Amino acid sequence: MNPAASTDSGRRRTTLLLAGLALGMFAFGFAMVPLYNLLCQVTGVQSVAIRSNIGPTLAVGTTKDGKREVVVKFDTSVHPNLPWEFAAVEHRLLVTPGEMYEVIFKARNRSSSQVVGQAIPSVVPWQATPYFNKIECFCFNRQLLDGGESADMPLRFIVSPDLPEGINSLTLAYNFMKLDASEEQTGTLQPSSATAVKSDSPKGSLHVSKGT
Amino acid sequence: MTTTTMSHDDAHHHGAPTGWKRWLYSTNHKDIGTLYLLFALTMLFLGGASAMLIRAELFQPGIQLIDPDLYNNLVTNHALLMIFGAVMPAAAGLANWMIPLMIGAPDMALPRMNNLSFWILPAAATMLILSFVVPFFPGGGTQINTGWTIYPPLSVQVGMSMDFLIFAIHLLGISSILASINIIVTLLNMRAPGMTLMKMPMFCWTWLVTAFLLILVVPVLAGGVTMLLFDRHFGTSFFDAAGGGDPVLFQHLFWFFGHPEVYILLLPSIGVLSHVIPTFARKPLFGYRSMVGAMLAVATIGMVVWAHHQYTIGMSLGAVTYFMVGTILISIPVGLMVFNFIATMWRGAMTFETPMLFAVGIILMFTFGGLSGVMLAVVPADMQYHDSMFVVAHFHYVLMPGAVFGLFAGVFYWLPKWTGNMYDERLGKIFFWVNVIGFNITFFPQHFLGLAGMPRRIIDYNVMFTEFNMLSSIGAMIFGFSHLLFLYIVIQTIRGGKSLKKSENRSWEGAKGLEWEVGSPPDFHTWETAPQIK
Repeated sequence: MNPAASTDSGRRRTTLLLAGLALGMFAFGFAMVPLYNLLCQVTGVQSVAIRSNIGPTLAVGTTKDGKREVVVKFDTSVHPNLPWEFAAVEHRLLVTPGEMYEVIFKARNRSSSQVVGQAIPSVVPWQATPYFNKIECFCFNRQLLDGGESADMPLRFIVSPDLPEGINSLTLAYNFMKLDASEEQTGTLQPSSATAVKSDSPKGSLHVSKGT
Repeated sequence: MTTTTMSHDDAHHHGAPTGWKRWLYSTNHKDIGTLYLLFALTMLFLGGASAMLIRAELFQPGIQLIDPDLYNNLVTNHALLMIFGAVMPAAAGLANWMIPLMIGAPDMALPRMNNLSFWILPAAATMLILSFVVPFFPGGGTQINTGWTIYPPLSVQVGMSMDFLIFAIHLLGISSILASINIIVTLLNMRAPGMTLMKMPMFCWTWLVTAFLLILVVPVLAGGVTMLLFDRHFGTSFFDAAGGGDPVLFQHLFWFFGHPEVYILLLPSIGVLSHVIPTFARKPLFGYRSMVGAMLAVATIGMVVWAHHQYTIGMSLGAVTYFMVGTILISIPVGLMVFNFIATMWRGAMTFETPMLFAVGIILMFTFGGLSGVMLAVVPADMQYHDSMFVVAHFHYVLMPGAVFGLFAGVFYWLPKWTGNMYDERLGKIFFWVNVIGFNITFFPQHFLGLAGMPRRIIDYNVMFTEFNMLSSIGAMIFGFSHLLFLYIVIQTIRGGKSLKKSENRSWEGAKGLEWEVGSPPDFHTWETAPQIK
């Protein structure tokens, strides 16, 4: 009887351990949502928006490349959950790398109530992302508009002279979306918007703006 | 006291129960193994039918038989039916039948859970088939046109059939996790006295590793599709870029499951090979310890190279280099296994019965598929091959020989043991040759199509690809219909009759192992007294 009992408890132990392993792996799948963003931020494996922290930033005091001009286009879109209008005043700008430019975006709250929005930037082609340095951007912070209120939202940026030769045109796209107070607290619904906010206030750019 | 013990023993010794209760309430590993195998055979024909419809449509350029959404749905269904419906249950059926016989155990460790893990499958298959059928009804929404990878954002937009599919994946996952737990508990706790882990038959080893892989990766897929379900219905944005999510995260979750899945499909067949080749070469398996080590290495490295399915998503150079090197590294332990099999055959007294024919076919064609895999692993080359028919040719060369031929070899090898009747060797050999030739005519031209630039998963193609596609479609018809012969052989063997020889306990002259000590067919209960292993 004794050996049978010991195999029984052995079986139960193994079964429970394996069931725990399966549940643990299920949880691991969900843990990947924040961990994946963290991993990408730390290693730069994936997200192109985050590589601006890692790649070369604008070299301070480089001579201006007077001959070179690149086209910067501005694209905007508004998430369906945000009752705003949002557009760039200028859609296209000729830019000399190394010089600072300011452009204005106009936003208007179409609804009658107060709404908080957050803009998520991205650069196309992604290879140009590390060379597009935003010095001041409305996307660094969440934006609040009262019902019916309009606002000018400025963006100041420098395109680094280190921009690879092959790239003569780049597009900066903003997607504006709604932030709820509840979503801010839980944070589960906006995993990469949070990282994007962090990544867009790089220390490097602040340092650069002092240099120029 | 004594009387109760007596009646208890009596209950153990009666024969098989009769009627439908025998199957629905079964806790007997042999009956459940049979159920698994019959289920897999049914799904093989459903999946094969969808594949043949795909090839019929691709016989000519242009759109002839079906519309593009249905085509894409067939591609999705073919993959899911074959992977989750045919190969995995068939391997689980072999495990149920053979593992207790091989390790001298009276049954699986958790017989009731065994019953549950099988009977979830028909429910899951029904859900899977419903996901295909529902769009044909009014209000049924769109077809699942995503392919089996169900990448968002497209999979978020598909109609309600995607929900059927998600729940089918949940059920299939639960079934295979329960089966895996059962197999591991059996292997770790129920081996005959004296059978150490390093004396365990190779098929048991491969299933031990496979079951661990399943437990590690299937829950991650379940998590991924659950998030997909939330994105579809509960307003979350796990994978919706506009809501702050990341669609690429789903690809990582999917392939974290999807790549080890390849080894889950492959390893049980490697286990079968490790029995078939020594039997028909009449030599013990060469390098048992190195086989175990190689298998553990494959499983370990296989867990951490998933992103080679996603080279084109824009990973950093460091990341793609890591995934490339890791992927190429896997070919070393896999190559070791292949060399072990060749060394087992070397100077053996070989005969070529049907299981051995399939075994030799696996070694040749699986190695070929492995080589095109090394081509695909190389990042700059893969940028060209990605999502082309070359990939389709590659993974069919790996999965058909690597998984399905291994299962065929196992079925022909153990069918005499299961039924007590020797199958018709002449028909078996005809089946092998028609099957293998049909397979090669189908998939070999697809390499050229892919290299010439024909993309996969698209219903129409440029007229310049017509000839190879026609050839491939003709091969697919030969290949597909050849399985009817397989069905005939299996039914004929089960029914027995005068034309077939009876099998002895040791069905094959060179066969070794505990499973050949019991009768052919084995009694309903075997190894109630565990054998002693020296």
